Amino acid sequence: MKKILVANRGEIACRVFRSSRALGLANVAIYSDADADSAHVQAADQSVGVGPAPARESYLRVEKVLDAARETGADAIHPGYGFLSENAEFAQSVIDAGLVWIGPSPETIRQMGDKQRARQIAEAAGVPVVPGSTRFEPGMLEGLEQAAEAVGYPLLVKAAGGGGGIGMRRVDGPDKLTDTVVATQSMAQKSFGNGAVFLERFVPKARHVEIQVFGFGDGRAIHLFERDCSLQRRFQKVIEEARAPGLPPRVTDAMAAAAVRLCEATRYSGAGTVEFIVDAESFEFFFLEMNTRIQVEHPVTEMITGRDLVAMQIELARGSLAFIPQAEIKTHGHAIECRLYAEDPAKMFMPAPGPLATFRPPVDMAHLRIDSGYREGDVVTPFYDPMVAKVVAWGEDREEARRRAVEALRAFSIDGIRSNRHFLLACLGDENFVSGDVHTGFIDAHRTRLLAA
Amino acid sequence: MAKVDIKTEITGNVWKIEKAVGDKVGEEEVILILESMKMEIPVSAPEDGAIIEILVAEGDTVTEGTVVARIEA
Repeated sequence: MKKILVANRGEIACRVFRSSRALGLANVAIYSDADADSAHVQAADQSVGVGPAPARESYLRVEKVLDAARETGADAIHPGYGFLSENAEFAQSVIDAGLVWIGPSPETIRQMGDKQRARQIAEAAGVPVVPGSTRFEPGMLEGLEQAAEAVGYPLLVKAAGGGGGIGMRRVDGPDKLTDTVVATQSMAQKSFGNGAVFLERFVPKARHVEIQVFGFGDGRAIHLFERDCSLQRRFQKVIEEARAPGLPPRVTDAMAAAAVRLCEATRYSGAGTVEFIVDAESFEFFFLEMNTRIQVEHPVTEMITGRDLVAMQIELARGSLAFIPQAEIKTHGHAIECRLYAEDPAKMFMPAPGPLATFRPPVDMAHLRIDSGYREGDVVTPFYDPMVAKVVAWGEDREEARRRAVEALRAFSIDGIRSNRHFLLACLGDENFVSGDVHTGFIDAHRTRLLAA
Repeated sequence: MAKVDIKTEITGNVWKIEKAVGDKVGEEEVILILESMKMEIPVSAPEDGAIIEILVAEGDTVTEGTVVARIEA
């Protein structure tokens, strides 16, 4: 392996280039018309245009990306996150073109991309999944109460033909169970032409906690501990931290062991993330999905473990990575990542693209990492995601990391666009965040207060 | 009958135009959909009326505050 093409843009392209250069490899960037002068193009040794601004006409064009590799003599492709990173056909095309694919096998990507299949594989590997029942057709309610007991309360009655939260009703105890099921069946029959429903456990106060895993492709796998990513808006993460505050070691140990079992069972190769929903009260945890790529929030893990996950991915792909025993993965301190977005928190976090008239990340601050694909004067276009920088602070403990993140965001000059900088500061300063009381409803529950801060 | 300007609240690209000149629209009915930063954002009629002008085409880039359509309410 001599030259890596990164099939991505922005901060993650810049991030991959850093590690590959440190390993003595040359770098190739691809870019759309909107990104011709962007930071990731400048950071690469070579660059190739792959088409017009919309991603589906450039970054998502498999043939264009492969042509760019052929043209520049790149012999490996790193997909970053998003775009083609979890596209099994793309991974296969890269391999078929005789190039090294820096990622898990197309087969693993395909299996984990199918949520139903992923759940089955997780269950078979002894990973807890959200308890659910079989289907109940209208008029066929035999065994309903036993099924509800097995699932556990509170539970959701869900229409089998529904989706996106439509046709879902909550039941807190056995007394309302039958009535709610009958009513949901009737509604489902009218709305979806399918009256079947099933029961699923509902977690009223949930945390999103994920395990960073690394598989060696031979059935051996390790974990690099957990990240808490509970603070989200519009189902997108806003603040992530490692390790997860306030979770007992028996819980995080069990989650990590389950994630490793899943990787061993699938002979997982490279970096991946096993996502769990955790009941914030009982600490029960359930498998959500597995992401078969490097994750946006990987820096918090790197900062507490001192490991370079991207370098590990590259070294594994080129066959130069020695097995790392679990006992050698140790953590020190705490890290918090804040995603700076071009958006307007006061307008329901609507996107706010525009020119970065002022864009000055803090410099010379201890234990701070800024990952960004933008420079002052660049334009944030509407074509891609709204993240303009990741501000990652490390501290000996959570409070020190939190204070450093606050200092860094205060010192971050950004103007010309609306951003969530103040909103991030409000989250970091909120008493519930300070005390570690994080859950997926945090932003919605405290919205008014956070916006007023 | 008053003419009402329909403005965008965000900067983005026109993804889909759902209505044509002459169509009747109800309050909150979607006239077109913008795409910005991986989000689809509908632009809806503020009140009942009929579309008299559509000023953008699919694929156009619009900035915040652009008048994209007019209705007669």
